[in-house]
Amino acid sequence: MDHLPILSLITFLPLVGAAFILTIRGEVEVATRNARFVALWTSFITFLASLYVWIKFDSSTAAFQFVEKADWMPILGITYHLGIDGISLLFVLLTTVLTPICILASWEAITERVKEYMIAFLFMETMMIGMFSALDLFVFYIFFEGVLIPMFLVIGVWGGSRRIYSAFKFFLYTLLGSVLMLLAMFTMYLDAGTTDIPSLMTHNFPARLQLWLWLAFFASFAVKVPMWPVHTWLPDAHVEAPTAGSVILAGVLLKFGGYGFLRFSLPMFPEASVEFTPLIYGLSIVAVIYTSLVALAQEDMKKLIAYSSVAHMGFVTIGTFTLTVQGIEGAIYQMLSHGIVSAALFLIVGVVYDRLHSRDIETYGGLVYRMPSYALIFMLFMLASVGLPGTGGFVGEFLILVGVFQVNTWVAALAALGMILGAAYMLYLYRRVIFGKLTKEHLLKITDMSPREWAVFAPLVLLTFWMGIYPSSFLDVMHISVLNLLDQVHTAVAASDTLVVAGQ
Amino acid sequence: MPLADIPDLIPVLPEVFMAVAIMVLLMFGVFQPGGTADQDVRSLRLIWALSIVVLVLTLVLVAVLSGERVMAFGSLFVSDAFAVFCKILVLLGSVMTMIISRGFLERQGMARFEYPILVVFATLGMMMMVSANDLISLYLGLEMQSLSLYVIAAFQRDDERSTEAGLKYFVLGALASGLLLYGSSLIYGFSGTTNFDQLAALFDYASQAGPGTGVIFGIVFIMAGLAFKVSAVPFHMWTPDVYEGAPTPVTAFFSVAPKIAALALFMRVMIGPFGDLLQHWQQIVAFVSIASMILGALTAINQRNIKRLMAYSSIGHVGYALIGLAVGDAAGIRGVLIYLAIYLVMNVGTFACILCMRRDDRMVEGIDDLAGLSKSHPMLAAALAVFMFSMAGIPPLAGFFGKLYVFLAAIEAELYTLAVIGVLTSVIAAFYYIRIIRVMYFDDIKESLDKPVERELRLVLAATGLLVMLFFLYPSPVLSSAAAAAAALFAG
Repeated sequence: MDHLPILSLITFLPLVGAAFILTIRGEVEVATRNARFVALWTSFITFLASLYVWIKFDSSTAAFQFVEKADWMPILGITYHLGIDGISLLFVLLTTVLTPICILASWEAITERVKEYMIAFLFMETMMIGMFSALDLFVFYIFFEGVLIPMFLVIGVWGGSRRIYSAFKFFLYTLLGSVLMLLAMFTMYLDAGTTDIPSLMTHNFPARLQLWLWLAFFASFAVKVPMWPVHTWLPDAHVEAPTAGSVILAGVLLKFGGYGFLRFSLPMFPEASVEFTPLIYGLSIVAVIYTSLVALAQEDMKKLIAYSSVAHMGFVTIGTFTLTVQGIEGAIYQMLSHGIVSAALFLIVGVVYDRLHSRDIETYGGLVYRMPSYALIFMLFMLASVGLPGTGGFVGEFLILVGVFQVNTWVAALAALGMILGAAYMLYLYRRVIFGKLTKEHLLKITDMSPREWAVFAPLVLLTFWMGIYPSSFLDVMHISVLNLLDQVHTAVAASDTLVVAGQ
Repeated sequence: MPLADIPDLIPVLPEVFMAVAIMVLLMFGVFQPGGTADQDVRSLRLIWALSIVVLVLTLVLVAVLSGERVMAFGSLFVSDAFAVFCKILVLLGSVMTMIISRGFLERQGMARFEYPILVVFATLGMMMMVSANDLISLYLGLEMQSLSLYVIAAFQRDDERSTEAGLKYFVLGALASGLLLYGSSLIYGFSGTTNFDQLAALFDYASQAGPGTGVIFGIVFIMAGLAFKVSAVPFHMWTPDVYEGAPTPVTAFFSVAPKIAALALFMRVMIGPFGDLLQHWQQIVAFVSIASMILGALTAINQRNIKRLMAYSSIGHVGYALIGLAVGDAAGIRGVLIYLAIYLVMNVGTFACILCMRRDDRMVEGIDDLAGLSKSHPMLAAALAVFMFSMAGIPPLAGFFGKLYVFLAAIEAELYTLAVIGVLTSVIAAFYYIRIIRVMYFDDIKESLDKPVERELRLVLAATGLLVMLFFLYPSPVLSSAAAAAAALFAG
């Protein structure tokens, strides 16, 4: 290895921080404060290191960069193999941005078992970064599944009143999806003789086998995304998780599925992907329209945002399977902006939840009079979620619609309908919480945002505008990798078509 | 007698050493002053420590034995890489469960020096089983083990449950031994030999005749007897009662050492003499495996007693291990061996946790008694959580790798049904494992368990916990020696 193993460093730095927190002893208060600071600094340094990777990243090639490879389980030829391309880099960045924000957001909200909480978050960060940079099937799987442990504990220990039900549902749903993927991975290994992801991308799996493998991976990714009808764990998990848990869940964990489609389903099973595109369109359209309607009827703020996540991720899956440059770039962009915007929306709910311990929309109303700056921030992210031009949400949805319009106008029309519904439920939510008369007694003394809360939102505001006004910074990074991906898919599909023609 | 006539004792050296040591220890124990409680405790401690020394020395002897295939006693006894690997597991299991048993024995008024000796004696039986190369030596080893186990199951003889467990185990165990012996006699009757090598030659692929109905009957009876010993469905019914009734350290011992030895024996018998008859017995093993996985997963859900839960969990684990045997090739056997190695560590760790469950100096066994453990005993709770996640097969913990290799072997052999049912039941099983975590972490504390935890328990907990957590860092030694052991089984 001729360079510093920077990816391993970024991946395992949070784990080192977690180990360090484990050794903190002493008075509870001091230990708690130290744990918070160690966690914040660790995640912040990780963020800086990931910025370094971004600067050093060469976006003119689709090859994997910062590659690290070492023998791990030689009897099967499994290697510890990391590397990133333009697609995974952005997700790594998303993870490293959101983790310090989460830790900052839990500064005062979490008062019990702070040490364990911080360890869980840092462990989670390691797993997430590792997942996005893994280049070996089994390394990927280990990171992919390992996230379950800390998330289960975060929901279950620090969650709301129905936390146990939600934690179990989250755990078992996702586990059930992934075990089938594991079996598919074995099959791939036995067919291709390697677990190396770059080699598997160029391996041609037999067409019939592809269908089964695609379905097995779909079982896992569809649960993670989540796609209708396996989305029901998400509202439960979101509602009961602590604010920072929801942020990570919406911000990063949901992207596992979308990333999986891009990294596995499309390049490795291109023919099956084409075959199953109608299925994806169908489920995604249902997700976009149906969950938007469901969101309209919600009385719980977090649940509403959770359903809006399902709808937004529906756009992502549509965009991914258009197999057009705009569609796929839009899908990635939508995932990134959704990662920022939904994270911010959960934090916004967290602000008032910390004050009144209620998530019911009913509890609030007329907040604009007591909390003007809160109303401003809320409006910004509400509009970003709706897809207002100038915010990150617009670019993604626009690109997806452009992509899908080339392929299927009906799907485009229905997806656009979903955008209108999206505007409806978000504006309705905003009106009920922020406007109206300030009559409720418990709201009369509510305070506006504290400096710490400003510090939490500032980077998110910045990023939303950045992504909305100058998307090229991000699109340029992914462009070559996306072209390469599409190239692979189209070549494979064309090859199989000629095969069919020749056969006839 | 000329020197050349003395059989070569080198391959049997560990067993010989153990047998001699047991007799010495027994005499030593008998002549210790006893009678008062204090003296009993003192002699227990002495014999306990010496037994650990004996087991560790045997472990060293086994480890230095070369993995070459050598016979002894007119090829009644075989020592090869497979035997060495399994013996190391068995001995590790015995040593670790012995270490964690002392506190319990002293507190529960079971301070009698016979306990460690019986455990070592049972271990000797297991080593014979693992090395058996003849139906006769197989039976001798098995009975040597079983008789000692019957006694220690009922070791808490004033306790109704313990006595019941011992009696139940004895009656049903004797029945199983009878089945096995009957099967052996059928095999002998129809083939004229009891030696594994000769049987293997007889049932070779090359032989045109194929096995007669009598031989198949014999195999089925032998399989039934062995399925009983490994507590696989449908011969599992003794397990929950015996696990629950036997004193906890005995249960810990039962759940690892005899199980590993019996599974090793199962593999040796099926692959050695009857390996080429795979098509005749594969279906049976696959059925037993599926039934064990399903029953283990479903029945454990409703358990309130943690020892009983562990019994069902062990039935499920045997089901997973048997997937590898059903595959019946080197990859499958390798999977089983890796699975057993990891299972051993997780299970010993879990039982060490169970042995820490005391309230007001009395043992408690309810899962609800763990409520709020994460607040009162954070490290203990963390260790148990690690073991539970590992048993559920969540990466990056060791349990995941155990499952990985058996499922991989099943997919390779195109036994898709087995693999799919396996992963689905492992999700169901995950439910009851994480329920324990839920009780420890999510529920509020009612009454705290006793502190502090004994030193030996802490030691074993730390060792097993770290092994389970950090296995993924450097798995190759276990993987490659398991692969070598599996290859040795097929070389014979």
